[in-house]
Amino acid sequence: MTALTLTDVNKSFGKVHVLKDINIEIEEGEFVVFVGPSGCGKSTLLRVIAGLEDASSGEIRIGEDVVNLTPPSKRGIAMVFQSYALYPHLNVRKNMSLALKQEKQPKEVIEQRVAEASRMLSLEDYLDRFPSELSGGQRQRVAIGRAIVRHPKIFLFDEPLSNLDAALRMSTRIEIASLHAQLGTSMIYVTHDQTEAMTLADKIVVLRDGIVEQVGSPMELYNNPANKFVAGFLGSPAMNFFPASLVRDGDTRTMGIRPEDLFQSDQGAFAASVTHVEKLGGDTNVIATIGDHNITARLFGQHDVAEGQILQLGFDPAKAFYFTEDGARDR
Amino acid sequence: MNKARVNPLNTAAMHGALILYTLIALFPVFVILINSFKTRKAIFREPLALPDGDSFSMIGYQTVMKQGDFFLYFQNSLIVTVASLFFVLLFGAMAAFALSEYRFKGNTLMGLYLALGIMIPIRIGTVAILEMMVATGLVNSLWALILVYTAQGLPLAVFILSEFMRQVSDDLKNAGRIDGLSEYAIFFKLVLPLVRPAMATVAVFNMIPIWNDLWFPLILAPAEETKTLTLGSQVFIGQFVTDWNAVLSALSMAILPVLVLYVIFSRQLIRGITSGAVK
Ligand SMILES: Nc1ncnc2c1ncn2[C@@H]1O[C@H](COP(=O)(O)OP(=O)(O)OP(=O)(O)O)[C@@H](O)[C@H]1O
Ligand SMILES: [Mg+2]
Repeated sequence: MTALTLTDVNKSFGKVHVLKDINIEIEEGEFVVFVGPSGCGKSTLLRVIAGLEDASSGEIRIGEDVVNLTPPSKRGIAMVFQSYALYPHLNVRKNMSLALKQEKQPKEVIEQRVAEASRMLSLEDYLDRFPSELSGGQRQRVAIGRAIVRHPKIFLFDEPLSNLDAALRMSTRIEIASLHAQLGTSMIYVTHDQTEAMTLADKIVVLRDGIVEQVGSPMELYNNPANKFVAGFLGSPAMNFFPASLVRDGDTRTMGIRPEDLFQSDQGAFAASVTHVEKLGGDTNVIATIGDHNITARLFGQHDVAEGQILQLGFDPAKAFYFTEDGARDR
Repeated sequence: MNKARVNPLNTAAMHGALILYTLIALFPVFVILINSFKTRKAIFREPLALPDGDSFSMIGYQTVMKQGDFFLYFQNSLIVTVASLFFVLLFGAMAAFALSEYRFKGNTLMGLYLALGIMIPIRIGTVAILEMMVATGLVNSLWALILVYTAQGLPLAVFILSEFMRQVSDDLKNAGRIDGLSEYAIFFKLVLPLVRPAMATVAVFNMIPIWNDLWFPLILAPAEETKTLTLGSQVFIGQFVTDWNAVLSALSMAILPVLVLYVIFSRQLIRGITSGAVK
């Protein structure tokens, strides 16, 4: 069953057209990640789904119901914000139970749901503390707990991990993944961190300037990007682009090849002059120039490459992508 | 701030300057207070001396208590000040919330219009105000004063509070909306507590001029039963003789309630409860 359907959704702020004809369908239990560069409209889309902004046109369905006119609290959604947005004057228990109290749930239900959520997130010891007495990671867990207790049909996360340090981000990411497995509820997750997108998503929606560029599973997008933007956006280090004429004379297209698909080979197509080497232990990233084009190669294992050296790089033609001038994929 | 790096000399200089300023500011108050407890002769002989066995006298206070209805004046002043502050804060905060939170046509224009009052002194409109009060039959009532002071305080209140409310995290308000709080609940339960320091600032800024005002009480409410303290104290200041004992005693007593209100509000000025709401 579909949990959420967006049909031709548009959103303008005055003259600024932020979302353009968005069509997305999200299945029950799916983990969907919205990615895209800063300012592309991810948060706006999430807020439109939540009902915090009205869509300028288009239809939003949650389950079977059209919710365009339903207030946020009645849409059956719960949202976790980047800035946590905990109520500063309420303790953790009251932060979590406020929504249920507003719904006039009986006391036992509230208590039981708060207990359940705080057990899931190991927050039992902090229930009587105030937000100012918690660490960043604990605050984010309280924010997630506040969403869980409502038993929503859809969870909305707006960059929930971007205020956390790297180690905490990783453990919270895993926690969110296991939460999704336990609850089986649909989740929509906004991020511009592609590790989060690749590891968490069942389905990734790539946005650019308010337009959906491509929708698909992480591997689909990685292996089969619809255009140059998606190809360049997913994958780290990013895909190399250069004129195909470097390889084949007279070819006007742009060629794209991922850094990990380049390898050292004496018969290689490119003679690249190395400008910088990053030795990561497991991999070696080589940044080099071919003519006036930069190219990054990710060589597996440890290599003795020195700056200034000429490196002969080859690639498997089957792994090369071609794009026309306007950025569309040319197969 | 990193405590370890604060230079003790700087701290001393800073405190020295602050203490000096405090002394200068408190000096007139101090002079009023000591002289209110002295005989008339002693006031003029040695204005800066503390009252001693000879010069001590409560005559000023006795005159004030006997003359006129001092407690009524006092009560009037208190009612007018507290009610005006209440309305300024309530309506000012509500207008500020609307201006900072909602997008509607003419939002900026409305904000500018409301701020215009900061630059135009309300006393320019005294004649018109008096005519309006006469027409509505509000002359010689405390309501006349409360309405005028509310109007006088609103522009600055809206200006300051909307600036502060813009800084309250949108996420927090949105979290409230998703949790099912009404806009009123968001305003009263989430936003107001967070802008409390700003509210206190507005209150302090408005309180003193209202309490001290002589102009509007004299024009709009000079009747015996609506006299405010400042107006009431004028009976002791004559064209030819001024009863300084009584004036100083009345002033000393007038300082007290302002001091109490100030202490209440300034505690709020210092306290910040935003920490931990948002990172
Ligand atoms: N209230 C508003 N009024 C006018 N323009 C807005 C408003 N909110 C957002 N925008 C514009 O809409 C665009 C999309 O903003 P949005 O916050 O959705 O970006 P985002 O994809 O979430 O970016 P980020 O990754 O930086 O969070 C931006 O260009 C922004 O300037
Ligand atoms: Mg955003």
